[in-house]
This record gives sequence, structure tokens and C-alpha cells, in this order.
Amino acid sequence: MKGTEWELPRQDVCGKEWKLLALYSSQALHAVEVESSSSIPMVVLKVFFPSCCSSAESGLLVGHWIPEQNSAVILAVVHFPFIPVQVKQYLSEVRQVTQVNVSVLGTWSNCKKKEESLSEFLEDLGTIFSHEPWIQLCKETDSKFWSCSIIQKHPSTPKEDEIILVYYDQRKVMLSHLHPPGNLTNSTDHKAEDASKLAILFDTVAKSKVLFMKDRYDDGPIKLTHWQSEGVEASIIVELMKQASIPVCMLLTFLLSFVSSVCKSRVLKFWPLCFIWSKLSTCEQLGHRLEHLQVISSNRKAQNQPQLMRKANIFVSLLADVALGILLMSWLYRKNRIGHLADTLIPVADHVAKELQDLLQWLMGVPAGLKMNRALDQVLGRFFLYHIHLWISYIHLMSPFIEMILWYVGLSACLGLTVALSILSDIIALLTFHIYCFYVYGARLYCLKIYGLSSLWRLFRGKKWNVLRQRVDSCSYDLDQLFIGTLLFTILLFLLPTTALYYLVFTLLRLLVVVVQGLIHLLVDLIDSLPLYSILLRLCRSYRLAAGVKFRVLEQKTGKPLRLLMQINPLSYGSVVQTYRLPTYSCYPKDSWGSLCKKLFLGELIYPWKHKGEKQD
Amino acid sequence: MEEREDCIALQCRQYSASCREFSVRCQPVQLRSLSAATCSVWLAAYWLFVLTQNSMVLSAAIFITLIGLIVYLHFVKIDQESLLVIASLGIQMTSSYASGKENTTFIEMSRVKDVVINEAIYMQKVIYYLCILLRDPLDPQSVSEVVPLFQQRPRTMESELPFPKGGCFRARVQAHCWVSVMKTAVL
Repeated sequence: MKGTEWELPRQDVCGKEWKLLALYSSQALHAVEVESSSSIPMVVLKVFFPSCCSSAESGLLVGHWIPEQNSAVILAVVHFPFIPVQVKQYLSEVRQVTQVNVSVLGTWSNCKKKEESLSEFLEDLGTIFSHEPWIQLCKETDSKFWSCSIIQKHPSTPKEDEIILVYYDQRKVMLSHLHPPGNLTNSTDHKAEDASKLAILFDTVAKSKVLFMKDRYDDGPIKLTHWQSEGVEASIIVELMKQASIPVCMLLTFLLSFVSSVCKSRVLKFWPLCFIWSKLSTCEQLGHRLEHLQVISSNRKAQNQPQLMRKANIFVSLLADVALGILLMSWLYRKNRIGHLADTLIPVADHVAKELQDLLQWLMGVPAGLKMNRALDQVLGRFFLYHIHLWISYIHLMSPFIEMILWYVGLSACLGLTVALSILSDIIALLTFHIYCFYVYGARLYCLKIYGLSSLWRLFRGKKWNVLRQRVDSCSYDLDQLFIGTLLFTILLFLLPTTALYYLVFTLLRLLVVVVQGLIHLLVDLIDSLPLYSILLRLCRSYRLAAGVKFRVLEQKTGKPLRLLMQINPLSYGSVVQTYRLPTYSCYPKDSWGSLCKKLFLGELIYPWKHKGEKQD
Repeated sequence: MEEREDCIALQCRQYSASCREFSVRCQPVQLRSLSAATCSVWLAAYWLFVLTQNSMVLSAAIFITLIGLIVYLHFVKIDQESLLVIASLGIQMTSSYASGKENTTFIEMSRVKDVVINEAIYMQKVIYYLCILLRDPLDPQSVSEVVPLFQQRPRTMESELPFPKGGCFRARVQAHCWVSVMKTAVL
């Protein structure tokens, strides 16, 4: 290790000087680019060595040489005795299968003492397997520090290369999937030139799976050492599941096609029914889950890693959903809780209706000290009261059947917690249907009044709205038109507070119900879109999801090459969730707060959420 | 050697001709400030307990102190930041927190466009900080990202430089001289 010394500047250095220094330094960097091969003062050669081969016996180094990056990726070690022709044949076969340019890169010797005859023999091997450059790694059994020498027949630079030895864990690099930072995943057309070095390294190791199939207990002529040389590992359970999954998938596909044909049949497409299906969130959720099941049970294998992760995420998410749903169901049906729930439903509905009646009586009196227009007040109040009376009668008509309906509907919680939550949201919507009706009546009345007022206000000022030109034009009215218009304007203006108050009260109630339903939908969305499998993978096998790598400098000795340990840097949980999120069917309200307030002020009806695929109002 | 309040130590090691490491070490958690914070929280809890006579307040205070300490040590208090520059491989930045957690980012050399000093207006003064400019893969001439190094403050710092002959001396190292050191390491 060398210490560093540098000139320390004066304390009162002025701004110009440091700017010049920075400029000079950056120009110097641009003048001598490290990566271009034309004008490098010193060439650095990197050798990526698998840590599982550190204790291997002497032999040949087999791997992939990347000339653009001046780096050699060692994949395996071929042991003595071997016949060079057979080694060359085997490597050409591997090259054909894996599309990776695997070749003999050098020699590896692991012996107690440096022997002259062995080193001569190893140099001679260089003439049989000609590769430029020829790497000779030498390790003494009781020493940590290795020596590495490069033999180049036609050296491109007169200076001697510096060698960096990077150890990597072969199994982890093979299984890992590299996530390039930022938005590099979108640029598929720049793969060749801009592919990062690490991506090439990971790619090389991942594609060389065929090379790792031969282990040291094989009877073939070639004896290799790599991460699997102790024997190929496999799990019986995984193999059995793979065999069993094919008939299960076929059965599932058949069932799903039957179910979807029933759903698409014309019987269910008549006008009232299809309107109801589109409004109920349970149907949306069931359709969404059906799509998921179709994705899982399809026979096509996943082409690439994102598709595989998506399938796995959907599968685990479905399993978790169904498990939570069954848990909920067992809790509900134990001690007949669902019976109690059904029994309390009618009294709750009655209570809500009674509260509404009290509210209307309050509005019909002197609400908050405001003086209402008596006649209009009575009309509106009585109209709404009659509505509530009708609603209560219908609820009481239904009351004997409520328990049975609820019991059967509760069984559908076994389809998943999300389905149970959607049913809850629908039940809330049905029970508060009268509030929704009142909101619509109040809003329409108020809206009419506002439009009438704005139009008559224009008349008051002698202007008119030009529908053709979509602008306000002046207009000369007759006297009787003006007279009637002014009368109507005053009537509407003085009736405004009454209508406005009714509108305000019912809008607030409706917003309350919307907030409750919105929270339930948010929870359903969360369960739908959370990538559980990816999160579990990040927790248990964090090397599978790699954001990058990290290097650690190992003990050094002067004269020996620099030794680094390369480890996988796992992706953070936030990026895991962001990358592997499952798409959901609801889109959040596009209205900003400003436009929402404007709609409320004008009395336009607000639809808090829209589902994808629904026509815009 | 006197210890000052905002003393930060800089260490530079050269492993080989193409590999250098710069590490900045901050001062560790002071027992004084820790006990002051704990005592203030518990005094407030005792005062609330006297007012409300509810023992939940005391358990809540203990809980808050423990959680707050763990969160502070694990997410806030940075012990050491280091920069490892390996020629033709890349630049690696590590921050290690007081609880032992290490956050590492590695930037490949092909993505690095330049190392510059940037100046920023922070509160009422102008500070200089070292940052790496990253190349945009789609347009080699433009800069896609600016990565600041050594996120602790203050930016100009006291440093202790061990010299081979032994002994230390203090000097005020301005941020700009780091650029020249880093550039020579990268070349």
C-alpha cells in the first residue's frame, strides 16, 4: 500500500484558481480516455475467477475472453489427464449449444512448491491451445496470494499489463438476474454497444449452464471443476410438481374456458343485467381473478424473466388471497357470527333511515338558525321523507331472506379476501342507495337552478349565450321578455339558499360513503397488485434479484496481482415492488382538487372512480 | 490531539497502481447527546404521567425511546463513507451506518463521464461538493445524472493525514483538491 501525498493549497485560494484547476483536471481526463484502446498508458487485464475453483487441482482454464473489455471470465477448470483433441471437440460442442465463445484461456497450477518441469509443461500447452493472451495462474497450497502471468505473442502495448483478479460466486451469478439502473430497460435497440460489462458477465455465466452439467463423477474423458462438480443437485418435490403441473394446467384451462363461455353467453347481456354487472365491483374483481387464472394455466412457458416473475407473483398472490379468504370465512362461520351479522343488518338500516328522517325534520325547521323558504322546504322535505318510507318498507319486505342470502354470499369469501372485500363494498353501496338517490336529486335541482340563474343573469345584463359560436353575445330583448326574465331571476335567487342547503347536506353524506368505499377499494388494489413472490425472493434469496455488484478489496501483497471479491448487491425493497407490480383494473380519479371543487360548486355529478374500459361520461 | 466538534477524518489508501480507496469518518455517537435526548423524553413522560395518572404513558415513552434509537442508528447516523476507485472497472461508494448497515453503489467506468466539483447554495452560504457525471446511454454527449459523493456536511473539513514518517498534522483541505487526487487515481 502506498501512502499519498499531494500539494495542499493555500487557505485563501480565490475562486479563479480552483476553477482553473477543475478545468485542467477535466480536460486531462478527456484527453486520456481509459476505455479507448488506442491510447492507454497502462492496460489493465481483469480475470474473473470462480471461488469454487480455488481448491481445484492443476489443469486448464476454460472460459470466455471479452476483447473489448480486456477481461477473461473463467467458467471451469479441466483436469489432467486429458487428450487435447477431445477437449477441443467438447468445447466446440458447448460453443454450438450455448452460443457463448468458450475456449481454453490458460493454465492453472495448484501445487505445494513451484516445480520447474510443471511450469515448462504448462508453457508448452500454450502452443497446443493457442489463445491470445495466454493466462497462467499459479497458486501455492499454503499461500493466500496467487501469481498470474500473461504471455502475449504480439503485445499491443510495450508496457506490462496490470492484472486484477476478481473472485465471484458462480452459482449466485448464474441464478441472479441483473436489473439495470434507471430506464435502461427501455432501450432495447442499444443492447449490443451499451450493454454494461456486468450484464455481459452475468449473461455469459447464465448461458453456460450446459458446461455445468458434467460433474466429476461422470465417466467421460473430460474432468471439469465448477460449482456443480460435486454432483447435480435437484429437489424431488420440485420435479414431481413440474410433472404434475401439466395435467393440472390442462384441467384448469378446460374449466376456465367453460366458465368464460358461460359469462359471455347472451343470456347475461340483456340491458338491465349488464348494467348491474358493470356497476358491481364484485364482478370486476371476479373477472380480474379469472384473467389471472388464465395467465397461470396457459401452456406456454414464460419466455423471459419478467414474464416468469409475473406468473409466479400472480400464483403466490392468488394463494395468499384464497388463504386469507378461507381464514376470514372460518372466523365468520364459527359461533354463527354471520347469523349475528345478518340480525344486526336490519336494525342498522332502520337506524340510518331514522337518522335521515331526523335530519330532514331539522332541515324542514330552522336549520342552524337559517330561515328557509317555507313552501319549498316542505315540498322537498316531504318528498324525501316519502322516499325514505318506501325504502324502509322494501328493507322490511326483504328481512326474512336476509340471513339466508348473507349466509350463501359469505361462502364466496373462499374465493379470496379481495372478493369478500368487494362484496362488502357492494353491500355498503346497496344499503346507502337512498343516500345516493337523494344526492342525485339534490344535485340535479341545484344544477338546474345554477344554470337558470346564470342564463337569467346574462339576460339581466342584456347578453345571451351563442351556442353556435360558443361565446357570450349581446342581445336586445323585448320588454316582456325582460320582465319575465327578471321575475324568474328573483324567484330563483331567493329560492337558492334552500336548495343549496339540501344539496350541501346530501353531498356531504354521499362523500362520506364514497370515502368509505374508496378505502375498501384501495385495500383490494393493494392486495391485487403486491408482488408477494418477489418480496419473498428478495427476503430469502436476495442474490436472485441484483441491482448491481459490490467489490471488496482482499489482502494485498506487493508484486502479486490485486485481489477483489465481487458480491451481488441486492435490489432494494422499494425497487422490487416498483419493478414487479401487477397491473390492476382501476384507474385513480383523474380530477384534480381544483376541478373537483368546480364540479361540486356547479352541481355536476361526481363519479369518484372509473374502471378501465368504461366509457367516459 | 484535541478533538473538535465537527472534526471529520479523511484517509486515503492505495492498494495498487489502479486501485485507491478514500474514506471519510465522522465522529461517533456521543454519550452526552444520547443521554440528553433520553432524559428529556422520559422527563416529559413523567410529567404527563403526573398529569394523567395513566401508566401507559410511561411504557409508551420507553417504546418511543427504543424505536427512535434504533431508527436513528440504522437509518440516520452515518459512521463512515468510503469511495473505492478501480481503474477500468468502476467507482464504488459505500456508506456504513452506526448500526453496521452498509449501503453500496457501484458505477461502472463506461457510465462515468466526468468527475467535477459543483457549487450549490445551501442556506446562507455557497458550498462545493464533489460529484460524478453519468453518461446518457442514448446520447453519448449529454449527461444523464449527477451523483453527489460524500453526502455528509460540512463540505470543507479538517483532515488528519498520516504521513509515512509518523505523526499527523491538521490542514484545511478544500474540496477541489480531491478532484485532482481522484483524477490521478482513475487515469
